[in-house]
Amino acid sequence: MTKKWVGQRLTRTEDPRLLTGQALFVDDVEIPGMLHAAFLRSDYAHARLQSIDVSAARERPGVVAVYTAEDMGDAWQHGPPLVIPPPTVEDVVFHTRTQVPLVKDKVRYLGEPLAMVLAESRYIAEDAVEDIFVDLEPLEAVVDLEAALEPGAPLVHDDLDSNLAAHLVQDKGDYAAAREKADLVIQRRIVIDRCVAGAMENRGIVASWDKKAQHLTIWDTTQAPIPVRNGLAGMFGLASNQVRVIAPFVGGGFGPKIMMFYAEEVLLTWATLKLGRPIKWIEDRRENFLATTQERGQVHDAEIAITRNGRILGVSHTFLHDTGAYDPYGLTIPLNTQSHAMSAYDVPNYHSDLKVVFTNKMITTPVRGAGRPQGIFLMERLLDVAAKELGMDRIEIRKRNFIPPEAFPYNHKIIDQAFAELVLDSGNYLATLEKAVDMIGYEEFIKEEQPRLRAEGRHVGIGIVSFIETTGVGPYEGARVTVETDGRVSVATGVGTQGQAHFTSFAQIVADQLGVSPRDVRMVTGDTAEFHWGTGTFASRGSVVAANAIHAAAKSVRAKILKLASKVLETPEEELELEDGVVRVADVPRQSISLGELAALANPLRGAVEPGTEPGLESTDYFGPQYGATANGAHAMILEVDPETMMVDIKRYVAVEDCGTMLNPLVVEGQVHGGIALGIGNSYYEQLVYDENGQLLNASLADYLIPTAWEIPRIEVGHEETRSPLNPIGSKGVGEAGTIPVPALFAQALEDALADYGVEVLEAPMSPNKLFELLQAAEHKT
Amino acid sequence: MSDLINVTVTVNGTQYARAVEPRLLLSDFLRHDLGLTGTHVGCEHGVCGACTVLFDGEPVRSCLMFAVQADGHKVLTVEGLGTMDNMHPLQEAFQEAHAVQCGFCTPGFLMSLLPFLEENPNPTEEEIREAISGNLCRCTGYQHIVDAVKLAAEKMRT
Amino acid sequence: MKPAPFKFYAPTTVSEALAHLAEYGYDAKVLAGGQSLIPMLNFRLAQPAVLVDLNNVSELFYIRPDKNGGLRLGAMTRQRQVELDPLVAERAPLVREVMPQIAYPQIRTRGTFGGSLAHADPSAELAAVSIALDGRFRLRGPAGERWVSASDFFVGLFATVLEPDELLVEVALPPMPPRSGWSFSQITRRHHDFCIAGVAVMVILDSTGQCEQARLVFLSAGDGPVEAHQAAEVLVGQVPTPEAIRAAAETAASTDIDPSSDIHASAEYRRHLAGVLARRTLTQAFERARGDE
Repeated sequence: MTKKWVGQRLTRTEDPRLLTGQALFVDDVEIPGMLHAAFLRSDYAHARLQSIDVSAARERPGVVAVYTAEDMGDAWQHGPPLVIPPPTVEDVVFHTRTQVPLVKDKVRYLGEPLAMVLAESRYIAEDAVEDIFVDLEPLEAVVDLEAALEPGAPLVHDDLDSNLAAHLVQDKGDYAAAREKADLVIQRRIVIDRCVAGAMENRGIVASWDKKAQHLTIWDTTQAPIPVRNGLAGMFGLASNQVRVIAPFVGGGFGPKIMMFYAEEVLLTWATLKLGRPIKWIEDRRENFLATTQERGQVHDAEIAITRNGRILGVSHTFLHDTGAYDPYGLTIPLNTQSHAMSAYDVPNYHSDLKVVFTNKMITTPVRGAGRPQGIFLMERLLDVAAKELGMDRIEIRKRNFIPPEAFPYNHKIIDQAFAELVLDSGNYLATLEKAVDMIGYEEFIKEEQPRLRAEGRHVGIGIVSFIETTGVGPYEGARVTVETDGRVSVATGVGTQGQAHFTSFAQIVADQLGVSPRDVRMVTGDTAEFHWGTGTFASRGSVVAANAIHAAAKSVRAKILKLASKVLETPEEELELEDGVVRVADVPRQSISLGELAALANPLRGAVEPGTEPGLESTDYFGPQYGATANGAHAMILEVDPETMMVDIKRYVAVEDCGTMLNPLVVEGQVHGGIALGIGNSYYEQLVYDENGQLLNASLADYLIPTAWEIPRIEVGHEETRSPLNPIGSKGVGEAGTIPVPALFAQALEDALADYGVEVLEAPMSPNKLFELLQAAEHKT
Repeated sequence: MSDLINVTVTVNGTQYARAVEPRLLLSDFLRHDLGLTGTHVGCEHGVCGACTVLFDGEPVRSCLMFAVQADGHKVLTVEGLGTMDNMHPLQEAFQEAHAVQCGFCTPGFLMSLLPFLEENPNPTEEEIREAISGNLCRCTGYQHIVDAVKLAAEKMRT
Repeated sequence: MKPAPFKFYAPTTVSEALAHLAEYGYDAKVLAGGQSLIPMLNFRLAQPAVLVDLNNVSELFYIRPDKNGGLRLGAMTRQRQVELDPLVAERAPLVREVMPQIAYPQIRTRGTFGGSLAHADPSAELAAVSIALDGRFRLRGPAGERWVSASDFFVGLFATVLEPDELLVEVALPPMPPRSGWSFSQITRRHHDFCIAGVAVMVILDSTGQCEQARLVFLSAGDGPVEAHQAAEVLVGQVPTPEAIRAAAETAASTDIDPSSDIHASAEYRRHLAGVLARRTLTQAFERARGDE
């Protein structure tokens, strides 16, 4: 069987619908009699709810209902924890505190919902929100991570005796012993601050309970329709097949749309069941900054123990992770940070002391990168500092420490987010780095171009970093492949799509197995009525887990096709081939049958289905990886800084990625570009700014700076390929790869450009103002 | 509650007469009153550009206009640019260059680019990036969009 | 984010518009381009009871040559028209330079020249440029018309001398005198964001090559556009050498302006940028005045 389609730069099947405005997004759903929801959200980050009076709001014409926590009765409950702490690590301290649908006792983050208004239009609903009288007694807010743990700090959760949400220590080898043997120990404090995912489409839900049919349909911008369905059905006492959750076209996910049992999801479901009317809630942009999860806040005290030859003996870090007001997502993000703190390197000793801290801020759940950027930032910065102190070239120090190809699978021994030992399956880190070195012209730049430009007084710098990315985690996904009687193929899988080209790249897999054109494969994703087993789109796993499930199902169908066609054409299976939508005898094209005809024959109107067989040409299969495949990459950039204005211009950007087998290189490149753009945002433009009262000072796109086309350079993408042995396709995930190394890269390049000032960049994001302060301090030193 | 105002707006060549509240945003009017959901809403404060439509041939943020202001005027939305079976060269170019990922920002880009390409039939990379700097995309990193514009310009010149 | 309800009027003449303003006073807001006002309405930061929409007042849309060699612009002239107009390019090159830097094309399609001035955002380019060019503004109210110089028009944060029953109807920009030079520079975090520091400069040399007049107007350096009078004094009567320029720039940054801190930039960083930009723009302006460019 020839592989024709996987690996092709095929344009996307779904594009014409999106390009002509014919694609259905959640806000496009219109149902007669639909009500519109708006929420009263707290203006304080930390406050006691004394009283709330919604009577005036209820009186407003056009308002159908106004609900508070009290109105919910027994239906008011904390959301379920989504991820438990790892059972495989000893002595984990973990205090589960999950979000509530509406505030009952006290507000714990800015924007926490206090009441829900349902009205004939969103406009009226917002008018009615202003009619509500709420008496909030402001409390001192917990904002700074370190201050939060000091004795006497105000408590986010009054039933705990501190703001410590979790404590977990992981060890590999014996760091203390390693430290003794080191020629050099470098200690640095690293600070990383929060960002939002900033998808162009805000969240949205339409929930519609059909009382006569006893059926609940929910359109939701979720990345995980199946767990949302299961959870909501369970919460409200419905059978799971009474609930259909549809994630239609979704305008970007990037992580926060996999948080589930958001207040709005629970409330709209509860309200539609109560009123028997469809209800729509579309998050506006300001709400998105307040009501959708965020990520990245961490403070590390880190050290690296290294020999004078640049060999790492060990890495240790004590760090605080900001979980916000609640911790439904467990330890996923900081475990990822730990998994990436050793990155692509052979680090024999590692110690990590993690404390997760409650603050009066929005809940933290993964945003593209999900804790990995912080780990990579840590390691790459420590290596860069070490390289400087040792007088060693930054490429050289990395080469000396890479895990070599023959060492795979490489077991780091610490526990990762899947609760298993972190095992890196494959990779050739040196090859990836060398390709980046070559593509950016590192040697030539360092030796010729940079000295020349520096002599002209210009501040140009080059950066180059390596990284790994754990991807493709389980538990599993599934898919059903069906040959239709018109010869086209229908495929259903449980993951949703937020722009990753699933309709095309997954079709390419099926096309190869069944000998059809990918354009004749109709993919359905994210609709629980079509497929209801699986988890969702997150952690760069679609192209691994869902893809391999689809591959397995397509293979099963292929086997059925061959078996039946063999009977029909009276030819042994080995002599048959599948091509152009037909099954034919090899070298005898006239002896053939179309897949459509075969599908009809497989569903007989007369005659019994033989025992042990199934009707039709259909198969449902599942794939669960043994453990997650590990992708890797190396990025390089050349930038210029104006040390008078702090303005930065990225002149060149090279990204070499290794995601194993690529389903569609065009799509991979798009993912890398997009990831890098977010990474550049994380490096110099985007930061959520909270004041000491927990007020978010930049809750709009005017002041939260998502990069435009002017800030993002042209990116040259190079590919390396080490197939993963963990799945038949050999693929690794790539959705987050672009984002992960960028802040580390930016810091290195910036330092290099300003080498004459001798600044150290140990925080992300940087900003022109922070750079100004660094340069002021540096100038005063000399 | 304010009185309703009668408006007559021509959208994609079809005349619509409606009675609307003065505060009804043009974006909401197009999407919900007229059912033309191709125009998307990303921020309602004029920054992201997803809601861009053509107003008397020029690109505007429909979230920063009221429907009543469109009375007697002509609006072109993405639905008026091409159909799935008959796409405009600009739409074709977006597909060929893989300039669409989630597709939410796409209509805003298309409507911003249409007048730009008509005025600039042979734009440079810098001119293109300048022209699209008022449209945010979180998925693509812009590069394939820039490539699509160059491709579209080529198609539209021939 | 939907606006609160309001009554809406769309007059077709200035008189009609003024009549509405006279009736409603502070309860009414004037809607020009809407690119600054409508976001505020959508956020419900402003909830006027009445909106008076000037977009159908055709008598306010024009760009005309002034008899004195300068320009007259109707207050409602779209920023995009100003950007493209050859008369503007010829007679007010500083305006022409600045126009493409204002926000984005889609904003400039609706945004108006006068609307930006009346809104008086401290980061607004057109306010600073109008002062640098010694522009004059014609205001009309129930009592008749009055002229106000650009320097006197801006009185505080988002505040101008406009009374609630008055409209800005026209901007007059004088011609560029002989031996004059101009320059503009701003620092933005993203392309075309509101600047964290900016300056518009206009200089005139006398026949001996000494500085006869200098205007430096800063953006994002105070409650409104800030004219650096002391810096100007340093330059007047001097040959504009690099040292003189440096001294003027330092004076402007340390003495004339009073920037504040916000999430994008500290006062200190703004002050620093002001000095850097003043130096660069003065250098360029004098080069242009000498015909060096």
